[in-house]
Amino acid sequence: MLVESPPEQRAETVPAPPNRRAIRVVGLLVSVVILVLVALASIAVGAKELSLEQVWHGLFHASGTFGDVVVADRLSRTVLGLLAGAALGLAGAVLQALTRNPLADPGLLGLNAGASAAVVTAITFFGVTSLSGYVWFAFFGAAAVGALVWFLGGSRGATPVRLVLAGTAISAALFGYLQAIMILDDAALGRMRFWTVGSLASGSDEAIKQVVPFLLAGSLLALALARPLNAMAMGDDTAKALGADLNRTRALSMLAATVLCGAATAACGPIMFVGLMVPHVVRSFTGPDLRWILPYAAILSPVLLLGADVLGRIVARPAELQVGVVTALLGGPVFIFLVRRRRTAQL
Amino acid sequence: MKTNRAVRTPGGLSVRLDVRALAVTLLLLTVALTASVVLIGTGDFPIPAADVVRTLLGEGDAGQEFIVNELRLPRVLVGLLVGASLGLGGALFQAISRNPLGSPDVLGLGQGATAGALTVIVLFSGSANQVALGALAGGLVTGFAIYVLAWKRGVHGYRLVLVGIGVSAIVTAVNGYLLTKSDIVDAARAVVWMTGSLDGRDWDQVWPLLALCAVLVPLVLANSRGLKMMEMGDDVSYALGVRVERVRLLLMLSAVLLTASATAAAGPVSFVALTAPQLARRLTRSPGPNLVASLCMGAALLVSADWISQRVFGAGQLPVGVVTGVLGGVYLLWLLVTERRAGRI
Repeated sequence: MLVESPPEQRAETVPAPPNRRAIRVVGLLVSVVILVLVALASIAVGAKELSLEQVWHGLFHASGTFGDVVVADRLSRTVLGLLAGAALGLAGAVLQALTRNPLADPGLLGLNAGASAAVVTAITFFGVTSLSGYVWFAFFGAAAVGALVWFLGGSRGATPVRLVLAGTAISAALFGYLQAIMILDDAALGRMRFWTVGSLASGSDEAIKQVVPFLLAGSLLALALARPLNAMAMGDDTAKALGADLNRTRALSMLAATVLCGAATAACGPIMFVGLMVPHVVRSFTGPDLRWILPYAAILSPVLLLGADVLGRIVARPAELQVGVVTALLGGPVFIFLVRRRRTAQL
Repeated sequence: MKTNRAVRTPGGLSVRLDVRALAVTLLLLTVALTASVVLIGTGDFPIPAADVVRTLLGEGDAGQEFIVNELRLPRVLVGLLVGASLGLGGALFQAISRNPLGSPDVLGLGQGATAGALTVIVLFSGSANQVALGALAGGLVTGFAIYVLAWKRGVHGYRLVLVGIGVSAIVTAVNGYLLTKSDIVDAARAVVWMTGSLDGRDWDQVWPLLALCAVLVPLVLANSRGLKMMEMGDDVSYALGVRVERVRLLLMLSAVLLTASATAAAGPVSFVALTAPQLARRLTRSPGPNLVASLCMGAALLVSADWISQRVFGAGQLPVGVVTGVLGGVYLLWLLVTERRAGRI
């Protein structure tokens, strides 16, 4: 079910036949329906089970009953999951296209670690406590690490393996730094140990309001990059001949990925593998055209993230398994599967 | 200077000596032992180096004897053994994966051992010995899982490293979850354990580690010829008479055991396994896995790092793992830059 030939060879030279396009549009609508269902489940499932009726009541006729309070609480968490999921999926898809690298993921390339280290620094040394304060640190950390990984991974001559190795190495170094801070500062440990796992539980209206502008801007930028990235998939020379501005596309893609990862990480902590898994699944039925991959990824990534969140609440009831743990448990095996496939192993 | 010299005995036996490698190994051994003596003398009750040596030889006064033999010597011995095991384990992993980054830190063995230890700390509030057993079990299971998952008609370099990264990510998530489940006291204990520390190590940690090293180090060195051949590629070494997959399995098992038991004794002290073989190789300037030199390098690094952590931050403030983590992180970046420039990664 995975794409057999490399994307370069199947890039769109002729427009898709109309019936194929219709299938894709229908698929997109089906995805939206799935997303709505998962979102409803995310509101209904938890330590206190709610019926669909209660959810409806809480969403549209809230009158302050116990159920309504629960709905309001879970609503902000669900919205955060929708936004962060879309951001991570888009960032993963853009990074995979930019680096022509099937193993690219914001977590594996160290962007999450960079954002985490910067946020911890902000909390511990600069006394920043509000999300709107440290979201800038998260951007800076993600951008710095992104640039470093790109440079260490070999810039133009980057291969997937080199980039992943560089990202892992930098993550390992930053992880040591995080631990040193957590040992020296008990208060930081108290807050950080929850944040570093990656969880949606911190979702509040306040937090959402602070990251929404960044997530929206990043998402729009990513969607607008579909065409130039499509051209780049055919190789630098062909893309140039087709009129794409390579450096501008690279810079804007990095910017989009950084903003998306930074904001998502600042809001819910480092979450791995969502950006890796979803674009792969999506590519298997849309083909290599980013104009379809990106919207699908934006819709299906929140499905995965919210699904993982709901799963975490069901498995460990009445407590919960943080969503970052669930996505890593799901995504690690997928990553290993991708590595074991013959085509990736030859990279 | 001619680096290789053949030594012949009248009986007809001959052995080829790499003079530079031998000199470097002896030098590193001296550094490790000197650092150990200095480290024994360091603390709230400083003892001059001459007195330390005299006490170790059994001629000190009663007070110094207690401090040296009961309190500080076991700690230093654990440091030496852990450093040596990590150095040797790292050299084996890097030789097997043919990749300077293929060390236990990146492959997730340290994380696996941590998961075992955290399970014991958080779920069972176990004693120090039980934590060590848990770490050992966690490291072994992780090593086995990586080997099995990377297996596909033989185990090859990059697949081993990438599968290791994947396993490492899964285990890290489990660790994070265990950490959030614990109360703050257990969490603080777990974080200190996770960084790697030599505080409060006594003879109970020395003996098992020493026994394991006594068995594994000769075993590994006896197979180092095969490992050296394997650097030329599987086919060539097979043609030269090395049973490639068997040697690889044996050496990987030894490396996992060494790393896991070192982690069980001192926690996952980061980056020693990564840096020791690399530094040793640069000093000896000889190809091949440099097993003995890496072993001595690891011991010297760890004891020196522990001394630095005690001198700079004061005793018991920051565990040794933080020092190796910071030094190793900087070294790792430098390594990535130079490897990139040479086009080797």
